[in-house]
Amino acid sequence: MTRTTEDTNRRMLRARDAMDRAYAQPLDVAALARIAHVSEAHFARTFRAVFGETPHRYLQRRRVERAMYLLRESDRSVTDICFEVGFGSPGTFSRTFREIVGRSPREYRKAAVAAGVPTCFTMAWTRPSN
Amino acid sequence: MFNAITQSQIYVLDQDEALEFYVGELGLEVTADVDMGFMRWLTVSVPGHPERQILLEKPGAPAMSEETAEQVRELVTKGAMGGWLIFNTEDCRKTYETLLERGVEFTEEPTERPYGIDCGLRDPFGNRIRFTQPKVQPQA
Repeated sequence: MTRTTEDTNRRMLRARDAMDRAYAQPLDVAALARIAHVSEAHFARTFRAVFGETPHRYLQRRRVERAMYLLRESDRSVTDICFEVGFGSPGTFSRTFREIVGRSPREYRKAAVAAGVPTCFTMAWTRPSN
Repeated sequence: MFNAITQSQIYVLDQDEALEFYVGELGLEVTADVDMGFMRWLTVSVPGHPERQILLEKPGAPAMSEETAEQVRELVTKGAMGGWLIFNTEDCRKTYETLLERGVEFTEEPTERPYGIDCGLRDPFGNRIRFTQPKVQPQA
């Protein structure tokens, strides 16, 4: 039983790592399910059981984290950043960003400061909460 | 006061599998492998640098209850235990290619950063590892 849980966790982590890499692409449940060795039908449910949120929500937070990074570290336009991190429309991007971060992308950019710690820490700790 | 970090620890689920990975694939060397009866004291280090060792510890009784060990194993495999290591390399891309050929599971390809080039991987259990080719190499 224990071994099964550990194996499942590790396989789902592999799939989540793949999402971290391909965050700007549409959620490819079939590919992720293959990585995690679960059926497509079970992928979302298993992901949620392991990480406490749906793959869709995780991907949104990953994209918003990337957008926050680009808002902080670059001068690129908000629309540009929206498409760069994988959102399909500026409307969806602004709504999702505000819902997750509590501020609009422009407000966030104004108040932001750069973070100087190793990359995986920035990634994990600046990924906004649900 | 203190003048060095000599030992740090990460949890592994299986010490033999850990050796295969950390020594066989990453190229570290065993600095200590001692059966102490109550535990196997297993440490590895960067070749030529035994002054800084990493303890590959298996969670379990009597240090913790089997129930707690199970929780630790769950956290490790979810990537949430917090065990992680950052190594230094002279050539990030070359090291990446070498390890890729050995079947190492990378999470990030070599990427230019303000501080140098680095990439990310996980050990077989879920612990995070990075290695960096810093812009300025530290003095040996």
